[in-house]
Amino acid sequence: MPTPSPAKARSQRPGTKVNSLQDEIDRLTERFGTERKALIPILQEIKKRHHIISGYAMQCVADRLSISPAEVYGVVSFYSFLHEEYQGRIVIRLCRTISCDMAGKDAIARQLQNDLGIKFGETTDDGKFSLEWANCVGMCDRGPAILVNEQVFTHVTPEKVQEIIQACIKMYEKTPDLFKKNGHSHEHSK
Amino acid sequence: MNIRNEVTFSTIRPRDGLKAALEKSRTEVVDDILRSGLKGRGGAGFPTGIKWKLAAEEKADEKYIICNADEGEPGTFKDRVIFSEWADLVFEGMTIAGYAVGAKTGIIYLRGEYGYLRQALEDKLAARHQEGLLGDKIMGKEGVSFDIHIHMGCGAYVCGEESALIESLEGKRGEARNRPPFPVAKGLFGKPTVVNNVETLAWVAAIFALGPDWFKHVGTEKSSGYKLLSISGDVAKPGVYEFPMGTKISAILKTAGADRPKAAVVGGASGILVPAKDFKRAICFEDVSTGGSVIVLSEDRDFLDILENFQEFFADESCGQCTICRLGNVKLLEGIRLLKEGRCTTKHLQKLCTLGAAMQAASKCGLGQASPNMFLSVLQHFKGEVLGRPQAEDHFANKRKAS
Repeated sequence: MPTPSPAKARSQRPGTKVNSLQDEIDRLTERFGTERKALIPILQEIKKRHHIISGYAMQCVADRLSISPAEVYGVVSFYSFLHEEYQGRIVIRLCRTISCDMAGKDAIARQLQNDLGIKFGETTDDGKFSLEWANCVGMCDRGPAILVNEQVFTHVTPEKVQEIIQACIKMYEKTPDLFKKNGHSHEHSK
Repeated sequence: MNIRNEVTFSTIRPRDGLKAALEKSRTEVVDDILRSGLKGRGGAGFPTGIKWKLAAEEKADEKYIICNADEGEPGTFKDRVIFSEWADLVFEGMTIAGYAVGAKTGIIYLRGEYGYLRQALEDKLAARHQEGLLGDKIMGKEGVSFDIHIHMGCGAYVCGEESALIESLEGKRGEARNRPPFPVAKGLFGKPTVVNNVETLAWVAAIFALGPDWFKHVGTEKSSGYKLLSISGDVAKPGVYEFPMGTKISAILKTAGADRPKAAVVGGASGILVPAKDFKRAICFEDVSTGGSVIVLSEDRDFLDILENFQEFFADESCGQCTICRLGNVKLLEGIRLLKEGRCTTKHLQKLCTLGAAMQAASKCGLGQASPNMFLSVLQHFKGEVLGRPQAEDHFANKRKAS
């Protein structure tokens, strides 16, 4: 039998959740490498799978890439798609930039807040939804637009908000793992 | 996909451009691009041929071609449409660029907001590998190899600035670099790097399919070729349009069905405000330059609402390394809110204009330099409309009611 790699050896131990995160980061460095350029792809993967980039995760990544945790934190806090706090499985981002604004994004914003029971920047108690603003998502000809994870919905109206939320819940219940993987490539439009 | 008129890209057969380019020597390819007069379609308008020539002259073991697909300028969506409809032309433009400057690696920096485009692009890249259009010995030609990878952005507008984009690719915060050295000399990982916009690369493929002279003869003397415009706002038919460079704004607005236009924002949040009296001006590098964004404002729009939206955008997206941009944008935003509340003195407004001019002069990158443009533009043309707004507790209004 070949000697297992250190990463494998660790994953065979009945580990705590913390150890499994270390193993996961080991596997990510096997895939992306341990050079500095691997940092953002690794962080993107952690965010996609865990919906949070915890302080512990940042330390582990820093350790594997031989850089300071402050460097990792600097990157996580810089980019709006990386997050040091927990975000829901389903992140709804409403475009707030000019063309969507002119097309009536305020009404969509109010209805999203009403129907989800949270304000922008917050996550629902069940951890399913987060509500965020997005700067121009490039759907200016079909605003107001929202991004739901990687899917885009255009020509959104206040009465369509509940429909979109229900569709998300249905998808989430059918395949809870769905949002852990690559998301979708479909576009929904009126 | 909301393409509103005839676009040249629809008439180009993939492979034609690449085949024509690979039949020429590397120097001839660069010369053809120089002759075509192609300038960067991302907005800055730097001559593509010169960029390539400089990178080609550099001696290095590795060079890179980067496709800037971090389309974040408010009101711009042409690159999304190009990737959805004519992605092969972009891949071909990158391959031709790689051949011309001697680069073997191409990277597409795709903005995080366009994550839904990624899978289709990966599939197309895989198909091109199968067909021998990527990888080693492209189109059977010995010594020509090129590969393209996709790197996802993470939601930062400033990464559309080429040196910030390079920092981001290196795994760092997207903070613009000091220049020189320019990326063509020292770019990604310190190697010569060409950063071109999505549309620029698609035109490269078109230029080799139809010939550099075809491109040179369209447009104006200093701005050759066609330009894709993303038109939104108060128009009946928003979408992507193709116009020859030098087309008058009035003609563009008419085609898109503008609704009682009072002004047009050309070039997005970093652009300028063109009032109706100046609609005879033309879209081209020597007059009104744009990366593609045209947002039409009807008579019902309040400029302060528009300004506030743009200024919130900049206050949020400033990377923070230059003090004048980090704080200046917040100060301008506060000023706009004072104007909205009817509490801004003329003296304070003058100070804000001085601040704006200082931001244009002292910021390190294009974001900071361009961020006060719209503010200054609105004040230049519509100062009377923004001063003396009613206050929430309007003394004069109350007085009128009482009498």
